[in-house]
Formats: sequence, structure tokens, C-alpha cells
Amino acid sequence: MESKNVLSIWLVVGISLLVNGALILGAGLYELVRPPEVKVVLYEYHASIWWGAILFILGAIYTIRFAPGRHRRELAAEAAAAATTETQAG
Amino acid sequence: MNPSPILLSTQTLVHLSFIDLVIIVFYFALVLAIGFILKRSSGTSEDFFLAGREMTAWVAGLAFLSANLGSLELMGWAGNAYKYGILAAHWYWIGAIPAMLFLALVMMPFYYICKTHSVPGYLKLRYGPGAQTLSSISFAFMTVLMSGVNMYAMAVVMKVVLGWNMHTSIWISSITVLLYVALGGLRSAIFNEVLQFFLIWAGALLIPIMGLIEAGGWNGLKARILENLQGLGNAHAGTFTHLWSTLGSFDQNPMGINWVGIVFGLGAIISMGYWTTDFLVVQRVMAAKDLRSAKLAPIIGANFKMMVPFIVILPGLLGLGLLRDGSGHLLQLVSNDVAWKSPALGLHGYDEVLPLMLARYCGSGLLGLGITALIAGFMSGMAGNVSAFTTVWTYDIYGTMINKKATDGQKVKVGRWCTVWGVIISIITAYICREASSIMDYVQALFSFFIAPLFGTVLLGMLWKRATKAGGFWGLFAGTMSSIGMWAWVKFDPGAVRYIALNAAAQDQAQNMFRALWCCLIGVIVLVAVSLVTKPKEDSELEGLVYGATKIPSEGKAAFYQRPLFWAGVTTLIFIVINVYFW
Repeated sequence: MESKNVLSIWLVVGISLLVNGALILGAGLYELVRPPEVKVVLYEYHASIWWGAILFILGAIYTIRFAPGRHRRELAAEAAAAATTETQAG
Repeated sequence: MNPSPILLSTQTLVHLSFIDLVIIVFYFALVLAIGFILKRSSGTSEDFFLAGREMTAWVAGLAFLSANLGSLELMGWAGNAYKYGILAAHWYWIGAIPAMLFLALVMMPFYYICKTHSVPGYLKLRYGPGAQTLSSISFAFMTVLMSGVNMYAMAVVMKVVLGWNMHTSIWISSITVLLYVALGGLRSAIFNEVLQFFLIWAGALLIPIMGLIEAGGWNGLKARILENLQGLGNAHAGTFTHLWSTLGSFDQNPMGINWVGIVFGLGAIISMGYWTTDFLVVQRVMAAKDLRSAKLAPIIGANFKMMVPFIVILPGLLGLGLLRDGSGHLLQLVSNDVAWKSPALGLHGYDEVLPLMLARYCGSGLLGLGITALIAGFMSGMAGNVSAFTTVWTYDIYGTMINKKATDGQKVKVGRWCTVWGVIISIITAYICREASSIMDYVQALFSFFIAPLFGTVLLGMLWKRATKAGGFWGLFAGTMSSIGMWAWVKFDPGAVRYIALNAAAQDQAQNMFRALWCCLIGVIVLVAVSLVTKPKEDSELEGLVYGATKIPSEGKAAFYQRPLFWAGVTTLIFIVINVYFW
């Protein structure tokens, strides 16, 4: 997908998970400090905290792994490798 | 920050907090940004309509699956699971996996080798312009109407779940879809489909996890469902958690279907027709970067498809086992029509089971993510329909019938304008549905008329050299007409269902299965009969289109674990294990 695009789809996914994870984690921590009046079922498991943290970590991994600069270098390396293979085949 | 509990006493299902709204607004900003960034790489027709044919197997596979993973689908099948039990999972397993593997291993090489831009495009190459015209006009018309139905459904759901104004939902969603598809074409649609895939899993996966904790695992859930249904005097109480063992006869299960309808109607015809010839999904795989990726993409999609019941069917079953009203009594859901037409009664429709379960476990933030996933699913469904409509209109109608000498630049321009018109027609359709909601059922029924006969026509075209141009056209025409005829017969004489579905008590889903089976058979019989009395094409004209007349190109050097056949075998094994486990 990325041969013409500096923007990687995985970077977009990473940013989305990172931001959403941070917001959910933040909301979960806030509720831990100030518990809501009406609680959801199984509130005591604090799903917002651990689920938000999981999304945040996954998002961070994807965002770093597919950051534009790094992605651009990888594309260049792939193109060079393909050119070398073609030359050898020729 | 206020909590977002389920508020059964109010007219809306959930109340969003500030943080939930931030998550929703962030989603809209992100998809619009994607459209603007990708505009730069959508200059040629290949870029705009087929995303440059440069997608990896993973991206193509996830987009292939996501094009079908809309919110109507998620909420509808969760509702069906509540209504029919685990039988609904057949639509994700036998009703998808064999077809996806068949597409990967048998049909994909031909779609890919002939370098067509669309399924009607393949019909033109194989059977000539007659079959192409019939298929492309019906597909373009139905696709854009489906987009409108999707838009209306989203507005209804947002009104029921969140209390949002319907005009706001329709206009915001349509303008967003219009912008990002018109700017970035198929590439933009695919980006959003992959993003939607992750959002749906991130937003919905928590429901089955928390639900199973609350129910005490799968065995605990089965016991609760049995107890609840027995308490309600349900005649099929013990059958809701069995996949196959109740399909021996029509009256042993809540759907009123038997194994013949599931295996042959659903598994062999409807799902094969949908997953192998509906251009909306096939277009995603055609955009793969090479043949091996094109074959691997549906296999990757199949593996994720097998997992979808975990976030769709299981929440429906959890609703059956766990949902209680404010006073602790079992909450009984009713048909959507009854619930949504009289909101003052405080009833909930079957399709609300997923939002109900979402609100049950998800507080601030998590609720926003879940709602965002539903919105993303709706918008992605609209964008998928609009992008498929744009391609078929530009290549198979404009490029074939209106301007055969269109340049590449003209096609892109027409494609962008088609997107605008597609969205406008969708909006009009959405408003027509608003005035007469029964239109929705008619449009969905109309769409189903074309899929099953198309499968028979394309399949014989790929596998049988003797199939002729006239055979292809008349087979497709007869299959479509017979499907419409059977539907109209049951509409005017409901008693006819005992002939069509072999059972007077057959529910809608069972009727669809059998109608698809018969119309496909009729189409195939007519195609074969007409082909046998008309002149076939020479083998040289069938190169790249039919088995036996085509040399399938090599997939390139790859280890066994990189080969599609290996992964198709692994997928088949998992598929068998799952079906036996839930037997």
C-alpha cells in the first residue's frame, strides 16, 4: 500500500489507538479518584484503566514503528533492494 | 466527568460524557485528514479506482473483511443471536469461510490475471457487453441505494441510542464520506476500512470479556440462557447454544431452517455469491500488489471473519443470559418496529442488544470508543458502496456506453463527480426511507436478487469453456427474474413460503436461503441449456478468463508457510474445530 505513500495506514491506526487509549486511560484514572454516582456493571474491574493502557501501548508501538521518517527510509531500502534484484536477474 | 450508565427509563439508550464526545470528534478529524493527505496520490485512474494496485495482503485482507463489517451487520447479527441463538454464527462460519477460501484459491487468479477493474468488467470480457450491462446497471443502482439505506439506518440508530437529530446524522456523515472518498478514492476508503476494523475490535472486544466474567464463563452463560428461556416457556430453550445438532428438521430450532438450507442455500449459494462476486468486497482484493497477495488477502480476511462472532454473536447471547431491567427482572427485547415506533413504551429492539451490552460495561471513554466504532462502521459501509458505485459507473457504464475513448484524466474527473452524485442519491434515498421505512426492506430485497444468479454466471464462466455469450446473458437474466418472481409470489401470497422454503413456518432468513438456492440453479440450468445450442468462443479468446484455456502465472518463490494453499489448509482446520466444538 505504501509504495507511493509516505503515510502508512499502520501509522494512522497507531495514532488512533494511541490517542483513544490515552483518553480512556485518563477517564479511567479520573473515575478511580472520583467514583461515579451510577456505576457500570463490574465497575470494580476498572476496565477503562487496563483497556486504555493496552490501547495506548499498542498505539505507541505502531506509531513509533511506522513513523514517517522511518517509514520513508524503509521504502527507499525496499526500492533499492528491488532494483538490485532486477539488475541481477537482467 | 459524569458516568455513562445505561438509562433504561429515558428515551435514549446512553448518555455521552465530554470525553466520549472528544473521541468521536477526533475520529471525524482523523478520517478527513486522511482524505486530504491521500488526494496527492490519487491522480491516475488506477490510483483512484484501484488504489494503485499496490496493497499488501494484510491491508487488502482487512479491507476485504471490513467492507462487510458495517454497523448494520454488527448490530443486526447481535440482534439475530439474541433472537435465534448461536445459529446466527453460521453466517460468519459456513456462510463465509468456504466462500472466502474458494475466492482465494479458485477465482482470484482470473480476476487478477484479466486485469479488469470490476466484476461486470469480467463479465464483459467473458460474455460480452449484454451481461456486463445487465450486471453493471443493476449493481450501480442497488449499491447507491444501499448506501442511502445505510445512511438512514445510521440516523435511526443514533437517534435511538444517543437521541441525536436525524438530519444532523445524515448530513454530517454524508459530507464526511463525500470528502474523503472524492479526495482519495478507493485508497482513502480502504484506509478508513482498516482503521474501522481496529476501532471495532478496540470498542467491542471488552463486551464479551466482561460478559463472560459476569456469566461465569461459557458454561455459566449456557446455564443462564437455558434457565431464562425455560422461565419464559420458550419451546426451543435448549437449542440456543447448539450450532448443528438442532438442524435435523425445521421445527427443532428457533429459525425454522434445516441443514439443507444452511449448507446449500447459505454456504454454497448466498455466501459464495456475496464473497466472490459482490464487487464491493472483491474490489478490495483486486487492489492487491501481486497475485500471491491477492490470494492471501481473502485467507487473512477469513481468519478474522471466524473471530467476529466473538464480538457480535456472543454479545447477543450474553444479552439473552444477563440483561435485566431496572427492577432486576429479565429484560425481554422485542422486534425493532415495535420498540422504535412507540418509544414511550420503554421497550428495546433486538438490534439494540449490542449498544445495551456496551452501555452495561463501558464507562466514560470506553463508551465513546464503542459509539465511534459504530459510527465508523456505518460511514465505512457508505464509503464502500459509494466507491464501488463510482468504479462501476465510470468503467462499465460511462467508459463502455457513453464515452468509449475517455482519457485517464477524464475517468478520474468522472469518478470524483460520481462520488458527489452517489452521495446525493444516497441522501435522497435516506430521506425516502425516513418517510416510508418499508422502502428499506424492498431495497435490501432488491439487492439480494442479483447476487445469487451472478455467482452461477461468473463461476461457470471461469470453469466451463463451453459457456457462451448468449448463455451467460440469458442465465443471468433468468436467475434474476426467477428470484424477483419468487419474492413477489411470497409477498402477495404468504402461503407460498411452504413451496419456496419447503416449510410454512420458515422465517425470513430461511426464505432467503432457499430463494437464493433455486434462482441460482435456474440461472445455471438456463446458462447450460442456451450454451449447448449456441456457438462457443475459441480457446484463444478465453485466455486469462477460463480454466483450461489459461496458464496460471507462478506466485513467485516462497517458502511453504508463505503460500496461500498452506494457510487455506490451516484456516480449514480451525473452521472444522470451531464447528465441532459448538456442535
